[in-house]
Amino acid sequence: MEKIPILKMGQFLLVTIQVDMHDRLAMALQDDLTRMISDTEAHGVLIDISSLEIVDSFIGRMLANIAAMSRVLDAQTVVVGMQPAVAITLVELGLSLPGVRTALNVDAGMELLRSSNGFRG
Amino acid sequence: MSVLAVETIPVKTEPDVVFARRRVREVSAQLGFSLVDQTKVVTAASELARNTIIYGGGGTMQLETLNGPRNGLRLTFEDNGPGIPDIELALRDGFTTGSGLGLGLGGAKRLVSEFSVTSQVGAGTKVTITRWK
Repeated sequence: MEKIPILKMGQFLLVTIQVDMHDRLAMALQDDLTRMISDTEAHGVLIDISSLEIVDSFIGRMLANIAAMSRVLDAQTVVVGMQPAVAITLVELGLSLPGVRTALNVDAGMELLRSSNGFRG
Repeated sequence: MSVLAVETIPVKTEPDVVFARRRVREVSAQLGFSLVDQTKVVTAASELARNTIIYGGGGTMQLETLNGPRNGLRLTFEDNGPGIPDIELALRDGFTTGSGLGLGLGGAKRLVSEFSVTSQVGAGTKVTITRWK
């Protein structure tokens, strides 16, 4: 089965979603990420969704779940790169991604992760 | 108003949903929809296609290109599933009989210009949405 790769960079995990996700792939990512956080003791997860053309309620829920699960595992999640049209649609759909931190791009997202992990050195 | 083109796409498996989304994207782009409008109608289609599978046990999506004073795209999702006993309740945000967020039906309604749902318990459900350019 196809898989979304998860890269480890220092104490952070990086995910770039580049495929049009079907639901099972989204569920697999959720499972893989939580396992990776636990295995690598990562303190941050950066998810780049700049290639995603839509975020519907299912993918929105997956992002919220990942943020919640990683928080419980002592890792911060930042979702970056949401396209403006996707943001407009998501809010109109009724989803505001509560509990999910966002940044405009990968640089800003990495900065956010670094600053929130600053005290760890 | 006239119907320029009709196609019917099966909505039975997850890859079908991905394909349906792609077709809706292509056709709405051809119709000259703005990027935001394309995104809205594709997202609505994604919600309704998933409902067709999860609650309806699979069905079809009919895609119609409309030509009138304004161009439009009409999508009809049909299944022969158990039907919806209380449509008003099903449209309410946060209500779900499944494991989702309960935003699918009501959310899809907010994303399009016209929305109608008819359902018969034991016979199936038909949801029609139209987005005008």
